[in-house]
Amino acid sequence: MHPITTVHYLALSAALLIIGTVGVLTRRNIVIILMSIELILNAVNINLVAFSHALKNIDGQIFAIFVITDAVAEAAVGLGILIALFRNKETVLADEVDLLKW
Amino acid sequence: MLTDTILFYIFAVMVLAGGILTITRRNAVHSAISLIVSLLGVAGLYLLQQAEFLFAVQIVLYIGGIMVLFLFVIMLVNLDQAAKQRQFNKQWLIGLAAAGLVGAQLGWFILKGTDAFAIATTAMPGASGGEGNTERIAEVLFSQYLLPFEIASILLLVAVVGSVIMAKKRV
Repeated sequence: MHPITTVHYLALSAALLIIGTVGVLTRRNIVIILMSIELILNAVNINLVAFSHALKNIDGQIFAIFVITDAVAEAAVGLGILIALFRNKETVLADEVDLLKW
Repeated sequence: MLTDTILFYIFAVMVLAGGILTITRRNAVHSAISLIVSLLGVAGLYLLQQAEFLFAVQIVLYIGGIMVLFLFVIMLVNLDQAAKQRQFNKQWLIGLAAAGLVGAQLGWFILKGTDAFAIATTAMPGASGGEGNTERIAEVLFSQYLLPFEIASILLLVAVVGSVIMAKKRV
């Protein structure tokens, strides 16, 4: 059996990023779009931690902490917007919210 | 070393299967539960790479904090009729094509790029002695990265105020 290298982690992270991208681009439900964004951010974090471990440099993990901070802020504001949207439009489907489109 | 390899594949399957289930389930609660499985897999990968602090942060913050927030909003917002409707938008073909393009690019880069960073082909280094992971993170975070740390706290403050204003009935 081969030992696990950084490339394994990179491939896993790329696959997770693709899954997240497909979710963002194709789903209609805004809650699931927000969850897909969390998947993308986790893919980034896997990459950062893998390189931090491979290069024996702690900076990658620090950056991962900042990415997690951003993910929290994004989820909080996104879900707040979702609640406001549901109160006004009674829908959680992204393609039914087209007020700015003509 | 063999244990590491087996654990990596177990966690990788958790991450990918959880991710795929997240974006394909009709019911948003099922999606959230699958996302928890995926995030647990990512936490396990952190532990495999001796990032103990991030492992704890991932469990406490992501699975304990963000997922509860998601489930709370799912319960608050009535998703029953949304679950009965069409789940994918009309741009799903373009979306899949764009995602496939990104995937092809990434795959090509990973295949070709191994020469670019020689470090990537060497086996993962084992556990390093000396001080622990959390101490090292704290030392760097509170000296070299003090200003970004403070800016992150401002960002969180803005996010708190913003989400309260968004979710309030009348501003």
